[in-house]
Amino acid sequence: MAALAPAPQAVQGDESHLPKAHSWRQWLDREAWRKTIIAIPYLWLLFFFIAPFLIVLAISAGTSQVGIPPVIWKSTFPFGTLDNYVFLTQDDIYWQGYLNSLRNAAISTFFALLIGYPMALGIARASSTWRNVLLLLVILPFWTSFLLRVYAWIGLLGNTSWFNRGLTSILATFFPFWVTGDHIQMMNTNFAVVLGIVYSYLPFMILPLYATLEKLDRTLDEAAMDLGSKPWEVFRDITLPLSLPGIIAGAMLVFIPATGEYVIPSLMGRGDSPMIGRVLADEFFQNRDWPVASAVAVALLAVLVIPIMIYNFFQAREARRSAS
Amino acid sequence: MKRRPYFLIFALIFGYAFFYVPIASMIFYSFNKSRLATVWGGFSTEWYGKLLDNQQVLDAAWLSLRIAFVSATVATILGTMAGMALARFARFRGRTLFSGLVSAPLVMPEVITGISLVLFFIALNGMIGWPTRGFTTITLAHITFSLSYVTVVVQSRLASMDRAVEEAAMDLGSKPLRVLFDVTLPIIAPAIIAGWLLSFTLSLDDVVITAFTNGPGSTTLPLYIFSKVRLGVTPDMNALATIIVVLVGSGVAIAGWIMHRADKKRERDVQMAIAANK
Repeated sequence: MAALAPAPQAVQGDESHLPKAHSWRQWLDREAWRKTIIAIPYLWLLFFFIAPFLIVLAISAGTSQVGIPPVIWKSTFPFGTLDNYVFLTQDDIYWQGYLNSLRNAAISTFFALLIGYPMALGIARASSTWRNVLLLLVILPFWTSFLLRVYAWIGLLGNTSWFNRGLTSILATFFPFWVTGDHIQMMNTNFAVVLGIVYSYLPFMILPLYATLEKLDRTLDEAAMDLGSKPWEVFRDITLPLSLPGIIAGAMLVFIPATGEYVIPSLMGRGDSPMIGRVLADEFFQNRDWPVASAVAVALLAVLVIPIMIYNFFQAREARRSAS
Repeated sequence: MKRRPYFLIFALIFGYAFFYVPIASMIFYSFNKSRLATVWGGFSTEWYGKLLDNQQVLDAAWLSLRIAFVSATVATILGTMAGMALARFARFRGRTLFSGLVSAPLVMPEVITGISLVLFFIALNGMIGWPTRGFTTITLAHITFSLSYVTVVVQSRLASMDRAVEEAAMDLGSKPLRVLFDVTLPIIAPAIIAGWLLSFTLSLDDVVITAFTNGPGSTTLPLYIFSKVRLGVTPDMNALATIIVVLVGSGVAIAGWIMHRADKKRERDVQMAIAANK
């Protein structure tokens, strides 16, 4: 077909080999079309993603003042100051905030992996009819409101709920020396925050894990079994190492947003040991201290740059692999 | 010698109980007669009735729906363009930055996006008198983070699509724009619809970025719920939550089923076309 006429080649993709457009019409057909499709979302993101971040960077180098706007810069070079960042290192609340966040995020990531991995493996090994149903059941909570799912747990954890009472009486039967009273204080503890994070972000752990586990070559398992490996050894030596990209993707997708989490610690956590997201929001909304709030944001991003880069590195490697 | 993977079955049962028991409990207690949210006092639907009389809830819901509709639509258009650019144009200036920009909002903690957008909007308003904080700023913020999700969905659909169909249309003399509207867009339509639905629910659900970018008098439904939930669990919140969860849940399930069926039908059509040409 293509040999019959000097038909235009695929216009999309790399076009450097094509002759330059000769007429305005051709230019419109080929070049303008292509440029528009790139330029519009590009400009949008530069304007609404990069520019705002530069503003935060600028404000974090300013000094707070009473007035509008509540920030002022030095009038002489270098115009900014690092005072706000120095301040972050001096007040315990910021250190504690970052440490609380990193610790809660790490613990949550660990438990999400512990619960999510066997689930993902179970889904990947299920028959194809079951697999679709099970996957939909994982995705469904991801689509329904995040806030309401957290709210549902608040209902269960409260001191008077059937869940709390039931759990208390079960624990009291088996560990009478440990549990006293008719309820366990679960709300407004770090336990509640970790539980809330695991619950909310579990789909983000399961879906990338499932995507890797589903692609694994089962004949490797059979070969290992034939050579005398026990099921546990097959898992340890084959399944687990091969699913490492999925583990890393899932762990980062839980860890990164969990570190900056604001809603869950606000609703379920202790007021006296806030996570950094809540510190940032309080600094902005209650103290109206823009420069410090901005510095907290920039420092949080600096803390998360390494996990974000790990995530991007593995994503890019996966993309290259599936392309080749 | 095939053993049933009892451990995996147990893990699945535990996991799905973990997912669904809290939601089921919440739905159950929304029919509670008692004013105390956690003590069962008989069956009643009075909280649902009270909800319909609550003008604050209705206003917040209407505002949320309008914001979600506008932001999902704009984000879908922009995200589809970005997805095409990334999937089809192998090389252009600034491609690395562009793909970084697209994926950054996916992992960026919401508090950072929220504070940078609100400070940007305030600065912009100081310079050119636009935008006013409220509907406009919330919508602009929602478009910006939803765009990335649409891009990912569209890009992966385009990557798995058979390029030969587009090339055939062009060999037969179609102009690029015609190919786009007659071939490419219909084929990636399920991804575009999925992207729109995803943006819509993300916008309808967002608390943090909305809390930063909202203005006086523009309380969305999640912000209303957030402020109520801080005070504790109440039966009318259970009722409101149940309505939202059931609506969204059934919407997603139906959409998933329709798309699954459309995919199946197309596969069948392709098979039959191949068989007919033999």
